[in-house]
Amino acid sequence: MDKKTNPTDQARRRFFGQVAAVASLTVAPGVILQQVAHARAPELPASDRQRWGILINTNKCAEGCDACVTACQDEYGWGPDSETRSSPEQKAQWIRKVKLTDKQTGHVQTLPLMCQHCEHPPCVDVCPTGASMKRADGIVLVDKHICIGCRYCMMACPYKARSFIHEDLRDQKVSAPRGKGTVESCTLCVQRVDAGRQPACVEACPEQAMIFGDLKDPESAISRELRERGGEQIRADLGLNTGIRYQGL
Amino acid sequence: MAAGLILTLPAGADDTGPLAGVPEPRAKANPEFGCVRPEEDMRKHHMDYLLHQRDDTLREGIRTPQFSLAECVNCHITPKPDGQYARFGEKEHFCSSCHTYAAVRIDCFECHRDTPDPEKIQEGAMINPHAGLKLTRDDVAPLSANVGEAR
Repeated sequence: MDKKTNPTDQARRRFFGQVAAVASLTVAPGVILQQVAHARAPELPASDRQRWGILINTNKCAEGCDACVTACQDEYGWGPDSETRSSPEQKAQWIRKVKLTDKQTGHVQTLPLMCQHCEHPPCVDVCPTGASMKRADGIVLVDKHICIGCRYCMMACPYKARSFIHEDLRDQKVSAPRGKGTVESCTLCVQRVDAGRQPACVEACPEQAMIFGDLKDPESAISRELRERGGEQIRADLGLNTGIRYQGL
Repeated sequence: MAAGLILTLPAGADDTGPLAGVPEPRAKANPEFGCVRPEEDMRKHHMDYLLHQRDDTLREGIRTPQFSLAECVNCHITPKPDGQYARFGEKEHFCSSCHTYAAVRIDCFECHRDTPDPEKIQEGAMINPHAGLKLTRDDVAPLSANVGEAR
């Protein structure tokens, strides 16, 4: 993991750790009921006690399958039926399937690529208005209310994860307000996560190649899998500490 | 009923009813249904509530339904006589009806959906989530103060 964590973060982490320890309830001598975090109450803000991530096993990711992509399109209304006057290069892409072929061996791999929800997101660094932002729980979002459509973030993103909307839209999904002149990208299904659900792509994967969970919880499925079998970042050399990890690359 | 736009009226005009030409809100929000705040407070402060809620929701993940724009639309946007839901910009659209009259341009609906959530319509859930919540003028001051303070 990343080594840039500063002393303040460590102090906060210890503090919250103590709070959590106090919050565990002693039922009987020797029996401690630990509260399991499910959906947050709607009035509570996202907390940095969590950091959400996805681990993708590319060995399970089938060539020709795009269930994750279509699930995302259905959920948020981007895709063939949206932006009908834009060219394919202009159209929004929140998640795409990428095919890698090893030229020496001919080995073919495919993987879904979307916003990697970096701990140190370059898109946030370059945004002149503060529209590009990272939530306390590590989800990177665009605040379209103050996005001016300059597209610096699109330039800065090493994963080409962001798209710009070129035309007027109507009949948007309620969960995904989208409109001309703003940048958008994968939201890690933030409203689903807030409701204690999984992202749409993870739910849709027929091979269960994706594990969603809390990277800060050592007992979560994603943390255990990462600990036992590891997981790589794409462009780890950039030191962004991505929330999306891959196995089998 | 209070006059359509309090700010435009001279003091004491409340008793005389709406001025001729002031659009009636086209909505289910009425004394029977109630709203998330008293009507007169909403007329004056709805933009503050929405602005506050939008930052809370997007940046903090606080998703309380009281001042959710989607809930406003679900409740206030009603079908036209032909059964279609009015679009923002049409005079039957609740938000348009007043904003056209007041000549205040809003850009909420350049991104947000201007008609109710189809899933909610199908579920038959097009009922006011605030039904029975009858608030009076006395409830107004504390929350307005909070909103002003927090920003």
